[in-house]
Amino acid sequence: MELKTVQTEHVPVQYLEGGKGQPLVFLHSAGGMTADDPFLAKLAERFHVHAPFLPGYGESQECPELRDMLDITLHTQDVVEALGLKNPILVGHSMGGMIAAEMAATAPHEVSRLALICPAGLWLDDHPIPDFFSTLPFEMPALLFHDAVAGAAMMTAGRDVADPNFLQTYLVTNARQLGMAGRILFPIPERGLAGRLYRVKARTILVWGDSDRLIPPVYAQEFKRKIAGSQLVSIPEAGHMVIFEKADQVADAIGRLAQ
Amino acid sequence: MKFTWFNLMPWPYLPDDFREKNRSVWVDIDQKLFDPVKSHEVYNTYMDLLEYAGEVGFDGIGVNEHHQNGYGIMPSPNIIAAGLARRTKDVALVVLGNSIALYNPPVRVAEEFAMLDCISGGRLVAGFPVGTSMDTNYCYGQIPSLTREKYAEAHDLILKAWTTREPFAFNGRYNKLRHVNIWPRPIQQPHPPVHIPGGGSVETYDFCIDNTYSYSYLSFTGYIRAKALLQGYWDRVAERNAPDTSPYRAGFAQTICVADTDEEAERLYWPHVSYFYNRCLHVYPGFADAPGYRTIKTIQSGALSQYAPQRGGFAELTWKNLIEGGHVIAGSPETVRQRMEEMIKGLHVGNVFCLMHVGNMPTEKCMYSTKLFADKVMPHLRGIFPDFADDSRFWCHPIDKTVSAGRLPSERDAFEAAREAALVPGE
Repeated sequence: MELKTVQTEHVPVQYLEGGKGQPLVFLHSAGGMTADDPFLAKLAERFHVHAPFLPGYGESQECPELRDMLDITLHTQDVVEALGLKNPILVGHSMGGMIAAEMAATAPHEVSRLALICPAGLWLDDHPIPDFFSTLPFEMPALLFHDAVAGAAMMTAGRDVADPNFLQTYLVTNARQLGMAGRILFPIPERGLAGRLYRVKARTILVWGDSDRLIPPVYAQEFKRKIAGSQLVSIPEAGHMVIFEKADQVADAIGRLAQ
Repeated sequence: MKFTWFNLMPWPYLPDDFREKNRSVWVDIDQKLFDPVKSHEVYNTYMDLLEYAGEVGFDGIGVNEHHQNGYGIMPSPNIIAAGLARRTKDVALVVLGNSIALYNPPVRVAEEFAMLDCISGGRLVAGFPVGTSMDTNYCYGQIPSLTREKYAEAHDLILKAWTTREPFAFNGRYNKLRHVNIWPRPIQQPHPPVHIPGGGSVETYDFCIDNTYSYSYLSFTGYIRAKALLQGYWDRVAERNAPDTSPYRAGFAQTICVADTDEEAERLYWPHVSYFYNRCLHVYPGFADAPGYRTIKTIQSGALSQYAPQRGGFAELTWKNLIEGGHVIAGSPETVRQRMEEMIKGLHVGNVFCLMHVGNMPTEKCMYSTKLFADKVMPHLRGIFPDFADDSRFWCHPIDKTVSAGRLPSERDAFEAAREAALVPGE
């Protein structure tokens, strides 16, 4: 994947581009993404992938003007337009799924193929989503992965926790990334999407890990009910980070939209 | 010097195994640990102690705002301050403060502070904290990275509401108000003095310097560890060419325990100091700092690691550690006087918030420590900053003739006067 920059109304936006095939836009989760992301590589095997960073993520510039769901939705629509893409396959994971769903609801004629991978955006009182923001790093793997031990190894790979600058870098990254994510996810990751999902016209694939403990699979049923004609692909032995734990199966599910 | 007797209002019945059995004293503290019936006595005793501090000569009595917190059962400091306003006469009411980003709309703060100022006869010192992340983000649901913007807007609205003499429209990002026209308004002109609690960010230093507000550092880690932070503030005061370096531009909170001798202080107060540091400060680290609550600039300044509590938290600390580390100033009046002087001069602070009720300290011990401080320590510290003795910019200005509770005439006199009035034609 190649790191590139595109100009938008507010800030220059960095994005990763790679692969050949039909154009696809991937929107990352609150955890962010990296250029060596194995899932992006997998998608790039069959699609021409564009994966923009939300401002504040990666090395991209922050954008204080983006304060709420509408700002972030319209900004992301601006990014797609700035990339010169028309009606690409739109894929979003978790927070990115929430943004993708909002885009499909606000501009139903511009999004005809949508893949939502365990998206945020709904709230069921009987199934509260755990407070991701107050979760400590060491508690994250159990929340995010089917296999917490393997997940922990994945999360700490390439990080030198003994480095004295590690904590400061970690805190700055967290403040930049989750500070921005908080504008649509804190304290409850719900901003009225339920009332807008009826507008979605896209052919929609929902992908969910059976052992997702952050946004449990009961939410998959709720999305399925609210988006007419949507299909659910449930993946066994996968948690919220299903894109890492079962990259092939997720890519296959998205592949259905190419047909 | 201005000494304010402060009560955080800790819940005094946290069990011995609180640390082991609970993950946090704050935010998600166990409901079962609060007993409303017991709180009746706790609240009234704590308010009695605040009033007592006013009687023995403290300049101010202080209250603050915390939510869902086992060491501060005061979600509304204004309710406590209203009670104190009625039962005290000369002492300043230091409300430090109202977390103004949490009031919707924040004109509520302008109104309630105005009421407090009017009821007390101009004795209000008004504090505007951003609020801790625990209170503001985790309990009150404010979006961390927008909290400061919302705070700044609330501040501008309150100041404008206090100082504008005709109705105005306020088109803010977070507040849309067509008719702002607070009624009542404060006695103190142009407005009550403002103190801003801060935690080391340059933005807050500048905010205080530019508005002539007092910067207060409220920590539980004591004066030795506060040195770097307050030095940062004074450096900034110099850099921005503030007109003076008045010590009243700054305030500091310090835990203080006084007894006859150093040994007696340890015997009397260690259980309560230990209760405070071990149980009351047992906060789940996940609640300490929601991502986005602090500015990137503040994190990058390295300030946080510099001021952070030592590794392992407070649980390991002994009385000796706490005294040597300056977390607690305790001992005989002479010991306390010496260390207070070192603290006041070292930090160059004119406002001292004296944390004299500590943890589960019983009333008798608290009165004893308070009285010894008022009689045997405070008088010796009064004259530390003679050059700034006339600086009253950061303190309240009560009216000359204040009234307090209990001034009704007897029923007999009242009724007689009423009947007489009835005889006067035209009345």
